[in-house]
Amino acid sequence: MTELALFAIAGPQIFTQTFAKALALGSLYALLALGFVLIYKSTQTLNFSHGAMALTGTWFLSLVFTDWDFPGRFLPGPSSFHWFLSLAAAVLLTAVLGVVVERTTIRPLIGEPLFSMAMITLALEVIIRTVSFDAVNVTNRVLGVPWQAQVFTIGGARIAWSYVAAVVATGVCFTAVWLFFKTRLGIAMRATAFDQEAAMAQGINVGRVFSIAWGSGAAMAAMAGIFASMPPWPASGVASRESAFFVFRALPAVILGGLDSVVGALAGGMIIGFAEIYAGQYLSGYTDVLGAGYQQVVPYIVMLAVLLVRPYGLFGTEEIRRV
Amino acid sequence: MRSVRGRPSLYTSYEAETRLFPTRVQQVALGVFVLVILLMPFDLPVIDQLPVIRFLDENYWLKVVNKALIFAIAALGLNLLSGLAGQISLGHAFFMGVGAYTAVLLGGPDSGRLWGYGLPIWIWLPAAGIAAALVGVLVAPAAVRVRGLYLGIATIGLVFIGLHLSRVFPEVAGPGALGRKWPRLEFRIWKEEEPFLDLTRKGKWLWFEVTQHQKTYFFLLVLVALFAVVSANLARSRTGRSWAAIRDRDIAAEIMGVPEFRAKTTAFAISSFYAGVAGALLASFSIQFNPEAWDLLLSVEFLAILLIGGMGRVSGALAGTFFVILTPHFVERFAHWMGDQAEGEGLMSGFWDGFVSIGSGDFGFVSVSQTALGFPLPVAALDEIIYGALIIAFLLFEPQGLYGMWVKVRNYWKGWPFSY
Repeated sequence: MTELALFAIAGPQIFTQTFAKALALGSLYALLALGFVLIYKSTQTLNFSHGAMALTGTWFLSLVFTDWDFPGRFLPGPSSFHWFLSLAAAVLLTAVLGVVVERTTIRPLIGEPLFSMAMITLALEVIIRTVSFDAVNVTNRVLGVPWQAQVFTIGGARIAWSYVAAVVATGVCFTAVWLFFKTRLGIAMRATAFDQEAAMAQGINVGRVFSIAWGSGAAMAAMAGIFASMPPWPASGVASRESAFFVFRALPAVILGGLDSVVGALAGGMIIGFAEIYAGQYLSGYTDVLGAGYQQVVPYIVMLAVLLVRPYGLFGTEEIRRV
Repeated sequence: MRSVRGRPSLYTSYEAETRLFPTRVQQVALGVFVLVILLMPFDLPVIDQLPVIRFLDENYWLKVVNKALIFAIAALGLNLLSGLAGQISLGHAFFMGVGAYTAVLLGGPDSGRLWGYGLPIWIWLPAAGIAAALVGVLVAPAAVRVRGLYLGIATIGLVFIGLHLSRVFPEVAGPGALGRKWPRLEFRIWKEEEPFLDLTRKGKWLWFEVTQHQKTYFFLLVLVALFAVVSANLARSRTGRSWAAIRDRDIAAEIMGVPEFRAKTTAFAISSFYAGVAGALLASFSIQFNPEAWDLLLSVEFLAILLIGGMGRVSGALAGTFFVILTPHFVERFAHWMGDQAEGEGLMSGFWDGFVSIGSGDFGFVSVSQTALGFPLPVAALDEIIYGALIIAFLLFEPQGLYGMWVKVRNYWKGWPFSY
């Protein structure tokens, strides 16, 4: 009911514009949350280095597309086609990074307390972030997004193509994960998430499942990092430190939906995205009271409120605690 | 009851077993240690030549050690919460910020747009701790409801909300990224002109000339000793045992009659008290402190300190603090030393030149001449990478931290020559 009232006050254009932006931001959060969830489900690790991996992904894209122009050297065709190939290459490279990280640092610690696992990803975050900050800061790394900052108009509302791209990318990723869970390997992964030992007893190569989970998690991070660096977003078309910090704002989405639920990732991302954007749009009259940039705190407040009611998020599995 | 002579591990009473320094060897070692740290800041012939101290120069290292002492207070606090009570908190920086802003509100100068009451240190320092503790009590019910990683992330939320609040109230936090002048470490009885004890200026104590860093060092040393003894005693008290029970298995603890709510509330309150005092001291010590510095990385640093030092041990927290705070300075020194070697005429200069880049355009992995980010890594970036690598190395190879290393060495020599 309140939304309808706001709709009447602010007019349909603003409402549609805000809706599109919220949907786009929500889907980016959902995409990030999906990466967290994939990793958490299989290895019981909350990957704090997700943001650093997102930044690394954007850096890889700028390397492959802008600096080296790798596909353009060998293939004919328009540069937007090359861009998509570079996107795939960057995502793949980040996935390799994820696999390497898993194999070298996570695998030896499987089964350790939560604290150790969280700590090791925090340490990874420090290392990966430092290296990629260092690399990104040499020059202004342009991503060369084909649709730049172009917008299209629907009924007077101006909507950026990047918003559409974010929604599409998220849709593709979620569909891919959904389809993957139906394959043999996907079933193996779900079995591992359910019970590692039982899965091993069934002959599932649990180590490989971990590698795949981390690889795909890192790939999701790269996707989200790249699609969150496009022109209307703060980073606006360059690989910058923004993307590393952006991910910390997605943590509420992960927690809100529940750490181990794919559906929760989608729901949490959308709720947080809509809350942030709508608060930013319709409470802007109260900026004096709330302080500039208050909308970035909204996700955390929503998260704290939900956690007090549902300690394992909206869709998270409640831990059965035994004495 | 004393332990029996010649049988140091034979305890005949509970009191004897829970003594802080049960054996004669430990008591002597403690005495020597106290003597060394008391004499450390002075220019003395023997101690000055100790390798660690010689490596860093006078005033510079004393300042670093002072910073480490302040961090030690906060680390001891987090040790109670995370090490003993087992609650993962990434919000320690938030509690430090609460303490610091309380301190500046009570002790800072009142100048037009900035609020401050100009009260003396004996009010603002305890008040900083108490304010943080009260906020801790408010947060604690969440810890009863939310567990494990979920609690960790919820406390990250605190950090971000705290940062935002510091931007909303520039009257307290100071304008923009610059921050404001923090109350200085000066002791007054009330608001009189001349402080009777001023830790920010040179002076004369008895017949010794002491610099401001030496004065601060002794003041902080007393505080750290006090906080360390309190937390060691807490650990072996009823409260400390209830925390350990909650950490090990909260449901089992509750069944045995340990009140979970009260244990977690006291853990949060006391840990936040430590953090508040440390935050006030840190801001005051740094003179100008950027409001954005109370961020997640600061919280992570304290968890790293505990991890590297050894969870749940007072000695671990202290050792970890010094290790984490001093390492970057050693790395810096080492990089510059490599630079000097590479520039020199020595036999190995070509070898070191392969690692460091001295001027612009010179090849190397580390740059000693420039601080801009880029391929020859600036020393600051190298620090960060080593910091991360250390955490990983400790997690993979020595999860018990420095304390665990010490236990291994001790046990080896205990059983020598029959160690295995």
